[in-house]
Amino acid sequence: MTAQTTVAGAAAERTLFAVPGMRCAGCISKIERGLNPLPGILSARVNFTAKQIAVEHLPELQVPQIQEALAKLGFEAQPLRSTEQERDKSESRALLRATAVAGFAAMNVMLLSVSVWSGAAGATRDLFHLLSALIAIPTVAYSGRPFFRSAWSALRHGRTNMDVPISIGVLLVTGLSLFETLTGGAHAYFDGAVMLLFFLLCGRVLDSVMRDRARDGVTALLKQTAPGATVLLEDGRTEWRAAEALQLGMCLLVAAGERLAADGIVEEGASAVDLSLLTGESAPQHVAAGDKVLAGTLNLQGPLTVRVTAAGPDTAIADIARLMEQAGQGRSRYVRIADRAARLYAPAVHTLAASSFLLWLGMGAGWHQALLIAAAVLIITCPCALGLAVPAAQIVTAGALMRAGVLVKDGSALERLAEADRALFDKTGTLTLGRPVPNLEMVPDEARPILAALARRSHHPLSRAIALALEATPAAAIDELREIPGFGLKGRCAGQAVSLGRPAAAEGMASELCIGDEAWTIGFQDRLRPEAVATLQRLERLGLASSIASGDRAAAVAPVARELGLTAQTGMHPQDKLDAIARLAGAGHKVLMVGDGLNDGPALAAGHVSMAPASASDVGQNAADAVFLGDSLAPVATAVAAARRTMRVVRQNFAIAIGYNAVAVPLALLGKVTPLVAAIAMSGSSIIVVANALRLRSAAR
Amino acid sequence: MTGLALLMPLALFLGLCGLAAFFWAMKAGQFDDMDGAAMRILIDDEPD
Repeated sequence: MTAQTTVAGAAAERTLFAVPGMRCAGCISKIERGLNPLPGILSARVNFTAKQIAVEHLPELQVPQIQEALAKLGFEAQPLRSTEQERDKSESRALLRATAVAGFAAMNVMLLSVSVWSGAAGATRDLFHLLSALIAIPTVAYSGRPFFRSAWSALRHGRTNMDVPISIGVLLVTGLSLFETLTGGAHAYFDGAVMLLFFLLCGRVLDSVMRDRARDGVTALLKQTAPGATVLLEDGRTEWRAAEALQLGMCLLVAAGERLAADGIVEEGASAVDLSLLTGESAPQHVAAGDKVLAGTLNLQGPLTVRVTAAGPDTAIADIARLMEQAGQGRSRYVRIADRAARLYAPAVHTLAASSFLLWLGMGAGWHQALLIAAAVLIITCPCALGLAVPAAQIVTAGALMRAGVLVKDGSALERLAEADRALFDKTGTLTLGRPVPNLEMVPDEARPILAALARRSHHPLSRAIALALEATPAAAIDELREIPGFGLKGRCAGQAVSLGRPAAAEGMASELCIGDEAWTIGFQDRLRPEAVATLQRLERLGLASSIASGDRAAAVAPVARELGLTAQTGMHPQDKLDAIARLAGAGHKVLMVGDGLNDGPALAAGHVSMAPASASDVGQNAADAVFLGDSLAPVATAVAAARRTMRVVRQNFAIAIGYNAVAVPLALLGKVTPLVAAIAMSGSSIIVVANALRLRSAAR
Repeated sequence: MTGLALLMPLALFLGLCGLAAFFWAMKAGQFDDMDGAAMRILIDDEPD
């Protein structure tokens, strides 16, 4: 998470924070101007696209202090572990560099080729061919590597993919053109080879940009499981340590509002913890000395001292992660549509090229001419448009869906989403909002400012729900405010004692507001997401039957199931949900799993495709193929519909690419394809395919 | 032919300049925060 760099002689640490709350230019300047003057901070730079802040700070300044400074500025920030993301970034950068080189070469070689086609002859033509070779050969060696590597690894495992005909075609054409150039021949296809690489790399870049962009968005939303904790050392000092450095038997100080970084037993203090990350359940659980607490839970009220009983890979949360990893292995066997097409296409192309070579040789042509024709067949059939057909359509849809509030993690997710024919929903947090909505009707207007002021000062989920509901209400001034563990908040307002806390006797979720002698009980309810009914009906029309798979009690699920008209399975453990998905898959269904909690994690990983709301736990968001923002459930149906439209366009694109082959291949077989024809055909079909994909801009409406 | 001898290296040189500029921009992080760059123009540098 932190990297050591040296700035002005002193060792500085670099920490990334995710700040999902950034919305405008004002936020950027507020954060940067607020952080930069602080002692110990060397620099703070906002990345608005990724909703992150990169802070360079002295090691003395510890992560929680920076977080506190950001909280004072009004932004909730979470430190990020970002090694994996950085690696993905560098992969897509390497692709971009290869594309830039190929683009440069394609332009210059085309310039030379146009001169040849417009009549350069003799020594001039040979010079131009030679120059083309000098540009094209290093380019093929550099920009072609992604294809050669993938083709080689496929061949080594006895398989074939789209990269095999591409690699053979490019290498053969380059080799032959070099031979032509050296022997003073009339036709060199360097422009074709380089342009082919350029178009195909464009497709690859689109694919990887799409993955990165969605991942950035998801990372910004992630409320990372505690990346570390404040450790009480034996000599009484405290020090902030990263989660990986925590060990058995260490003593952690967990302040109110912090997440636990390890499993442990409470030694001192009493508080309530929020288990919503693990279970999706929003009602807090009370803990006192001797109780067991789990990593990832949020400490709500008082400070706790926790003795670590399990850290890192031994925590309960890590166990579920392992279950998920196993569940996800089935999905990695999914073969993307482009590769499925390649399985049919590659052997056909190879056979065609080889037979045209033999045929021409048999009809008495020289081996040189026969090889030239075989190369022309390969380059004409090379899946230039095919390579763009899938990623172009998918990135346009992903962009449209992103504007509609759905972040799709990669292209294969869209393909699998289009195939889904059965939907399973978790209840709490998925069909319902998963957060308590207060019933404030009884509270009179004059009491509301006091209620708002009290609620805003607490981390308790019920208080937060009240604060959210009263966002527009101005807060009253409260003196002597203090938080009482296990009860709530007490203070004085205009001489009267005021409090907000646990009612003495109430069933279900409730808070009690007291002002002087008067008291009001505020009830809470978890509501259905807006448009839940309409979404389920739309899914039904799309051919996806839905049902509920919930870990909750039957009594709690029944009202929701009745209201939505769905059948429900209740009391399910993570393993039960996995079994339910396996049963449906066994019956030939492709299951769309929609869930949010950590307990849904394995099911999300096991489903044919999965979606999670942005309010979901980290684990839920990481396991899901797509994350939808906002309260409404409607994006689920929108995403399915958009994914199906995308697949229609992808199929059209395949048809266009194949139709073009049907016209061009006979020409190539007859030996009529000159470099000029190849260049026109290739760019023409690519442009048509991209233009067709652009129609998907409105796919998410 | 003399024209060519001048123009060809010139064209290649300019193309390479463009490529080098793109590489530099990518390495220097010019494309890291496209939305943020659009926003920063709105920030007043003068403290008010």
